[in-house]
Amino acid sequence: MKRRTLLATAALGLGLAFGGSASAQGMDKVKACFVYVGPIGDLGWTYQHHQGALELVETYGDKVEIAFQENVPEGADAERVLTQMALSGCNIIFTTSFGYMDPTNTVAAKFPDIKFEHATGYKREHPNVSTYNARFYEGRAIQGHIAGKMTKTNKIGYIGSFPIPEVVMGINSYYLHAKKVNPDVELSVVWAFTWFDPAKEADSAKALIDQGVDVIASHTDSTAPLAEAAKTNGAVIGFGQASDMADYKPSPRVSSIIDNWAPYYVKRVGQLLDGTYEQVDSWAGIPEGEVEIGEITDAVPADVKAEAEAMRDAIAAGTYHPFTGPINKQDGSVWLAEGAVAPDGDLLGMNFYVEGISGDIPK
Amino acid sequence: MIRLEKRPSPSRFWQGATPVLAVVLTMIAGGLMFAALGKNPFDAIRTIFWDPLFHPQFASYSRPQLLVKAAPLILIAIGLSLGFRAGIWNIGAEGQYIMGALLGAGVGLAFYPADLWFIFPLMVVAGAFGGWVWAMIPAILRTRFNTNEILVSLLMVYIAENILSSMSLGLLRNPEGGGFPGSRNLSQYPAASNPEMIAGTGMHWGVIAALMAVIAAYVLLQRHILGFHIKLAGQAPRAARYAGVNPTGLVLLCMGISGALAGLAGLFEVAGPAGRISIDFNVGYGFTAIIVAFLGRLNPIGILLAGLLMALTYIGGELAQFMLGLPAAAIQAFQGMLLFFLLAVDLLSNYRIRLGYKKEAI
Amino acid sequence: MIGGIDPALLISALMVASVPILLAAIGELVVERAGVLNLGVEGMMIMGAVCGFIMAVQTGSALLGFVGGALGGAALSLIFALLTQVLLANQVASGLALTLFGLGLSSLIGQSFVGIRPPSTGTVPFGPLADIPFLGRVLFRHDWVVYASVALVAATWWMLKATRMGLILRAVGESHDAAHALGYKVRKIRVLAILFGGAMAGLGGAYVSLVRVPQWTDGITAGAGWIALAIVVFASWRPWRALVGAYLFGGITVLQLNLQAAGARIPVEYLSMSPYLITIIVLVIMSSGRGKASLNAPASLGKNFHASR
Repeated sequence: MKRRTLLATAALGLGLAFGGSASAQGMDKVKACFVYVGPIGDLGWTYQHHQGALELVETYGDKVEIAFQENVPEGADAERVLTQMALSGCNIIFTTSFGYMDPTNTVAAKFPDIKFEHATGYKREHPNVSTYNARFYEGRAIQGHIAGKMTKTNKIGYIGSFPIPEVVMGINSYYLHAKKVNPDVELSVVWAFTWFDPAKEADSAKALIDQGVDVIASHTDSTAPLAEAAKTNGAVIGFGQASDMADYKPSPRVSSIIDNWAPYYVKRVGQLLDGTYEQVDSWAGIPEGEVEIGEITDAVPADVKAEAEAMRDAIAAGTYHPFTGPINKQDGSVWLAEGAVAPDGDLLGMNFYVEGISGDIPK
Repeated sequence: MIRLEKRPSPSRFWQGATPVLAVVLTMIAGGLMFAALGKNPFDAIRTIFWDPLFHPQFASYSRPQLLVKAAPLILIAIGLSLGFRAGIWNIGAEGQYIMGALLGAGVGLAFYPADLWFIFPLMVVAGAFGGWVWAMIPAILRTRFNTNEILVSLLMVYIAENILSSMSLGLLRNPEGGGFPGSRNLSQYPAASNPEMIAGTGMHWGVIAALMAVIAAYVLLQRHILGFHIKLAGQAPRAARYAGVNPTGLVLLCMGISGALAGLAGLFEVAGPAGRISIDFNVGYGFTAIIVAFLGRLNPIGILLAGLLMALTYIGGELAQFMLGLPAAAIQAFQGMLLFFLLAVDLLSNYRIRLGYKKEAI
Repeated sequence: MIGGIDPALLISALMVASVPILLAAIGELVVERAGVLNLGVEGMMIMGAVCGFIMAVQTGSALLGFVGGALGGAALSLIFALLTQVLLANQVASGLALTLFGLGLSSLIGQSFVGIRPPSTGTVPFGPLADIPFLGRVLFRHDWVVYASVALVAATWWMLKATRMGLILRAVGESHDAAHALGYKVRKIRVLAILFGGAMAGLGGAYVSLVRVPQWTDGITAGAGWIALAIVVFASWRPWRALVGAYLFGGITVLQLNLQAAGARIPVEYLSMSPYLITIIVLVIMSSGRGKASLNAPASLGKNFHASR
C-alpha cells in the first residue's frame, strides 16, 4: 500500500524531529498524547486520566510534551483523531476508553514506530499496542467490608453502569466481603445503563434508599449518589468513585476508590525515555498504587477502619486476593475450591453473580 | 427606522455572498473568544480553516477525511431538503439513521461468517428499508390521522435510541466480545464491510452515494415534474392542489426518500468508518444534517458545500484542540456561532433592508 | 407496599425527579402557544444550570442561584429571539444551533466551578403536616422549588385561560396575520414568550445543578431538554397535562429504578421507551378522534412572521 508507506515515512520523519524514533536506545524528548471519551471536567473517569497526564509534565518537565483531545466519540471519529495525532508527531498515544479498541489497533498498524496504549481493552494485534487496566475489584473488597460492618438495615446497594465483566466483578467482590463480616446482608443492584447521567444516578440512589438500603457503592462517575445520600442526614453512607470526592467527607463519603493512572503513565513514558519500553498487558491494582483507597473517615468506627486498612495492606503486600475460595456461583456450583485464587481469565470474562446475590445480570 | 421588504425572489448576489460574510463574522467573534481564552486568535482560526486543507503534515490525510465526515451529513441533508421544500418537516433523521444502521448491520451479522457476494448489497437494501420504515410511521400518522410529523418524527428518535441500546446489549452483542456491549466489527468481516475503495482517498460507498444523491436531487428539482410539485407545494400549497399535486402522496414520498437516505447513511457509517453497532453509535448526524440542509439553503449544491464546511470545522476543531490545547467546548461554541451567523445573514438574500417609513400598502 | 415498593416514597421521589423537565416544559409550552418552536431547550437548560450554580456559589444563596439560572436561560434565548424574530431565520435550525452553542458555552463558563458544593436549598417546614401518614410524606417534605413548579403550572394555566395576555398570546400562535391585523405586536409578544421559555428552562437547569445532583459538571442536564420537548407534545399544549406528562416521564424512570432496587426483573429499555410510545398514541388519538380542532396545536407553530406579507 503506497499510502501506508507514505504515512509511516511521515511519522518516522516527525519522530526523528522530536528526538529519535522510539527504539531501544531511548529518547531525549517524548510527546505523549491522550484521547478522552468525556470532558476533562467530568470529575470522574476522564478527569482522573488527565490528572495522570499532568503528572507526566510534573515528573519529567521539559522532556515530555503532552497533548490531548476531549469528548472523542467511540467510532469513526476516534480513528481520525488517532491518525491526526500520530501524524502530528506523538510518540506514544494513550486511548482511554474501551470503545477505542478497534480504532487503536487499526491506526497502530499504520504507524509501527508510535506506541499505542489502550485502557481497559484486550486486543493487542500489533507489537506497538499495549493494554492497561486497573484492579478496581480490590478496592471494592474494602468497601464491601465497611458496608457489611456499617449497615444497620442489613441492606446494601450497588449502582451499576452496564452489565460488563468489570462491573460484575466489582459487585461480586463488594458482596463477598460484606457477607463475610455480616451473614445477614442483602444486596440490591440497580443498573443505570449509563456511565454519566447525574440526574439518573441520583434517582438510582434514591430508589435504593427508599428500599431501605443504607450503604451505597456506585460504578458510575458523578457525585450524585453521594449528594443523594447526604440528604438523609447521616443515615446513609457511600463511597467516592473514580476520584476522591472529598467534598462529601466525613459522611456520607466514608472512603473512596481513586483511579490513579499517574504511576502507570510515568512508568511507561519513563521507559520510552530510557529505552526499556516493551509491549505489555498491564493489570495493576493497590500494590502498584494504581487503585488508591481514599481516607477512611471518622464516621467509620476505629476498629472497622483498622480492619479495612489491614485488608488494604494485605492486598498491597500480595498476601491476600479478594477472590480466594471457597466461592460458589449463584446457582450453587463450585467456582473456586478452598484456598484457590481466581485466575485473571475468569475475572476478565466474569458474567455470573456469586452465591447469595439475588436477581439476574441483564442480558 | 429600519424595516425589511421581502424580495420577490431571493437575491442571487446575496445567496452567494452571505456564507462568506458569515464565515468572516464568525472568525471575528470566534477570534475574540479564543483571545479571551488566552490563545492566539490567528493561530486558532488558521488551524481550524486552513490546516486541514493545506498543512504539510496533515493535509494529505485530512482532505479525504473531509469527504468521510461530510458524506453522511450530505446524504441525510439532501433527503431532508426535499421534504423541507415541500413543507414536510422530518426532524427525526437521527432515528432513521439509527434504524438503517441497525437493520443493515443486523442483516450482515445474520450471515456471519459466510462469505457471499450479495451480503453487502442486501445490507444496503436493508439499511435503506430500515430508515424508510422509521420515516413511514410519522408519514402515515400524518396522512391518516393528521398527526404533526415534526413531533412524531422527533419522538421516534428516542425510541430508536432505546432499541439501539437494547440491541447492542442483547441481540447484536458480539459473542466473542467478553460481555462488552456492542456488535462485531463489520470492518473485519469483508463480505459485510464498506472499506475505503482507493487507499488514501477517503472514498467509500457512502461518499459515492452522497455525491449521487446531490446530482439526483439537482436533476429532480431542476428538470422533473416531481421537483416542480415539491417546490410548488412548499411555496403555494393551494395552487399545488389545483395543479394536481396529491398531498398525501407527496408526504409519503418526501418522508420516504429522506428516511431511506438517512438509513443508507447509517448503514454506510456502521459498515465503514464506525465499524460496529454500540450504545452510543449515533453522534447526532441526523440533527446536524438539519442545520446543513438550511445552511445549504435547501439547494443540492449548497448542501454539498455546507456539508463540507461543517466537516471542516469538525476536523479543524479537532486539530485546534490537540495542537493548541483549545478546549472542546470552545470548538462547540465556535460551531454554534458559525451557525448563528449563517442563519442571521440569510436575511439579506430574502429581504431588502430599507431605511425610512413604510409606504401605504397598495 | 406494592411489589416491594412503598407508593408514598415513589410518588414523593417522582415529584422531585420531574421538576427540571416540568419547568422547562411549561416554558416551552408558552413559547409554542405563541407559535414559536424552540428546539434549543437543552442548551437553555444547561446555561441555566451553570449560571445558577455560579450565582449560588458566589452569593452563598440558593435563591439567588435560581434567579441566576433563569437569567442565564433567558439570556441564551435572547439569541434565538434575535435570530428568529428579528432576522427571520428558520426556527428549527436556530434552535438546534442554540443547543450546540449552549452546551459549549456552559462548559467554558463552568470550567473553574467543577467539584464545588453549592449552598443547599431548604425544605419547606410544614411542621405537623409533614407527619400525616402517607400524605405527609408525599406532599409536605419537599424543597420550595417543587411547590413553586406546581404553582407556575397553575399560574400559566390561569394566564393562558383567563387573562387578556393569554388570549393575545394564543391569538398570535393561532394566526399571526390575523393577530397583526387586529393591531397586536406579534414580534414583541413572541420575543417575550421566548424569554419566558428561556427563563423557565434556566430554572429547570438550575434545579439540576443546585438540588438534584447538586454539583456542576459538563453536560449535567444529559438530555432533559429533549424530554421537555416531548412532554409539551404529550400535554397537547395544556399546562395541567404538562404536569401529568412530566410526572409520567419522570415517574417511569423512578419506577423502573425502584423496581430494580426491589429485585423485580424488568426489561429496562422497553420500559424507558414507553413514555414516548404513549405520547405518540396520545397524539394520534387527539388528532384523529374529535377532528383537528381538538389537537390544540398552535396553527402558526414554527412559521415565521413578517409584517409586510
